Amino acid sequence: MTDLTNLTVAQIRDGHRAGDFSAVEVAEAFSANVAGAKALNAFIVETPDHALAAAKTADADRAAGTLKPLSGVPIGMKDLFCTNGVQTTAASHMLEGFIPRYESTVSQKLWDAGAGMLGKLNLDQFAMGSSNETSYFGNVISPWKRKDGGNAALAPGGSSGGSSTAIAARLCPAATGTDTGGSIRQPAAFTGISGIKPTYGRCSRWGIVAFASSLDQAGPMARDVRDCAIMLENMAGFDPKDATSLDMAVPNWEAALSSDLKGKTVGIPKEYRLEGIDPDIDAMWDAGIAMLKDAGAAVVEISLPHTKYALPAYYIIAPAEASSNLARYDGVRYGLRDLPDGAGLQDMYAATRADGFGPEVKRRIMIGTYVLSAGFYDAYYTQAQKVRTLIARDFEAAFGMCDVILAPTAPSAAFGLGEKMADPLAMYLNDVFAVPASLAGLPAMSVPAALNREGLPLGLQIIGKAFDEQGVLNAGLAIEERAGFTARAEKWW
Amino acid sequence: MTIDQATVRKIASLARIAISDAEAAAMEGELNGILGWVEQLGEVDVTGVEPMTAVIPNTLRLRDDVIDADPLTGGGRRDDVLANAPAAMHGFFGVPKVIE
Repeated sequence: MTDLTNLTVAQIRDGHRAGDFSAVEVAEAFSANVAGAKALNAFIVETPDHALAAAKTADADRAAGTLKPLSGVPIGMKDLFCTNGVQTTAASHMLEGFIPRYESTVSQKLWDAGAGMLGKLNLDQFAMGSSNETSYFGNVISPWKRKDGGNAALAPGGSSGGSSTAIAARLCPAATGTDTGGSIRQPAAFTGISGIKPTYGRCSRWGIVAFASSLDQAGPMARDVRDCAIMLENMAGFDPKDATSLDMAVPNWEAALSSDLKGKTVGIPKEYRLEGIDPDIDAMWDAGIAMLKDAGAAVVEISLPHTKYALPAYYIIAPAEASSNLARYDGVRYGLRDLPDGAGLQDMYAATRADGFGPEVKRRIMIGTYVLSAGFYDAYYTQAQKVRTLIARDFEAAFGMCDVILAPTAPSAAFGLGEKMADPLAMYLNDVFAVPASLAGLPAMSVPAALNREGLPLGLQIIGKAFDEQGVLNAGLAIEERAGFTARAEKWW
Repeated sequence: MTIDQATVRKIASLARIAISDAEAAAMEGELNGILGWVEQLGEVDVTGVEPMTAVIPNTLRLRDDVIDADPLTGGGRRDDVLANAPAAMHGFFGVPKVIE
C-alpha cells in the first residue's frame, strides 16, 4: 500500500473522495510521522485528536455525500494563529500557557473547509527571525543535510520554520505560514517546498498574533503549486473584523491554473544581481529564465532602482510597528506576569517584559521605540515610509512592462544553525530579495528550482501585481513542471 | 548618529523592559550597528514624496451601529476576556497597588 504521507493535498482530497482510503487512515499516518519526528522540533503542541475528529467527520461526510473542499486533509498550523482551546504562544515565553477563547479567521476557514489540525508549528519568536533560532521552545532542525559527509544541523528558514520542516519531512501535507518580510518564502526555499504570500489583505489578520500590521500576511506552504492554490482558496476572503481585509471575491485559483505563459512577459530586475553572490544562485536564476521562455513567456530586463533601500526601510518600519503591537504584553491581561517582591505596576511591566521576550524581540522593540521617539520620528520613520512609497512606485513602473517578476527567493541555500546568530545584520540580509515585495504588499511565491553543489534546495521567487495571485501561481507552475524538483531529505530523524 | 549606554537605558525604560548593565553594554553595540546601517536611507531623495500609509488602496469601513454586531467581538464575554489573566479577581484584572 502507498505511504499516505507521500501524497499531496490534491491527491489526499481526490483519493479520499474516490474511496481509495479513509480520512482516519490519513490522519493516523501523519500523526504517527509527527510523533516520530521529535528530533526536528517542528511542533510546539501536537493535536492528533483534532486531526482525528476532523477525519471522522470527513469519512461521515463522504458517506453522506457532503464532502467539503479540504475534507480528509490534515494540516499543520503555525503557532501564530490563535486556536480556540489550544495553546498559542508565538514561540514566546510571554505567551506560554495562553489558551485562546476564540479562533483566528484563517484557521476557522480551514476547519470549515473540512481540514483537521495535526498540531501547532514552531516558529521564530513573534515571527522575528530568519532561521527559527529565536523560538523560546528551541530551534527547529531542517530535515536536509549537506552532502559533504558532515552532520551539521541546518536552519529550516524563518520565521515559518516549523511549517517548512514539517512539510519537507512529510509530517503534514500543507501548513499555514505568515510572511512579514519573507517568512513564508525563505523557509520554503530552504527546504525545497512551495509557499505563497498573497496580496496584503487577502487573508484576514484577525486572530493572528501581530508583528508588523502593515506587512503581516498569512499564506499557505505545501509541496507544490496546486496545493498552495487549494489551501489559499480556503484561507482567503473578506473579514469585517480586519480593517485592512480586502472586500473582494476569492478566485478559483486551482481551476484556473495554467502553465502556458504565451503572451505573458517576465521581468528580470537587474538590481537583484548581487556582486559576489553564490554562483549556484545565479545559475538557478538563469535556468528559471529559460524555463519561463520555454513556457512561452517573453523576458525583459527591468529596473527596481530603490531595491538596496528596501531592507533598511523594513528594519525601521517593522520594528516600529512591532514596538507598538507588542506594548500589549503588560502582565495584566494575558500571558506572563513577573511581579518582583514589593514591585509596583511600572516595575511589574518592566520585569514581565524582560523575562517574557527573547533577545531578538527586545532588540526590535528597542529599535522601534527609538525610531518612533520624539526628535527621531521624522528622520527615521517618516523617511522610511517615504522610501517605501518609492519602492512601491518602482514595482508599479516595472509592471507597466511585465506581468510577473522572477528573482531568487534568498541569496543563499540554508545555512547552519548558529552560523549567523552572532550578527543580527548578517541574519537580516538573508531577506534581501523577499522584503521589497512585502513593503509593496504584492503577492509573491517561492518554488523549488534546483539543488546547489552541496545538495541543498534553492528556490525561485515570482512576484506579481496586486491581486494577481493567479499570474504568480501560473508562472510558479511553469517552473515546477520544468524544474522537475523531486529531491527530498533523506530520513535521519 | 551613535547612541550611548545612557540612551540605551532610556529607550529600555520607554519600552518598559528592565535591562542589566551588561545587557545595556551589549545592546549599545548591536543597536549602533543596526542604526548605522539604516542611516543610508538618508541619501534617498524624497522631495515631494508622500509617506506610505496603505500598501493596497482601501477605505475604512464602519460596522453596523448595533450592539454586539459580531458575537465574537461584541460584549458579554467577560469570563472569556479574563480567562487568561494572570491575576483576575471579582470580575476584574488584578494589578499591584498603584495609589500610594
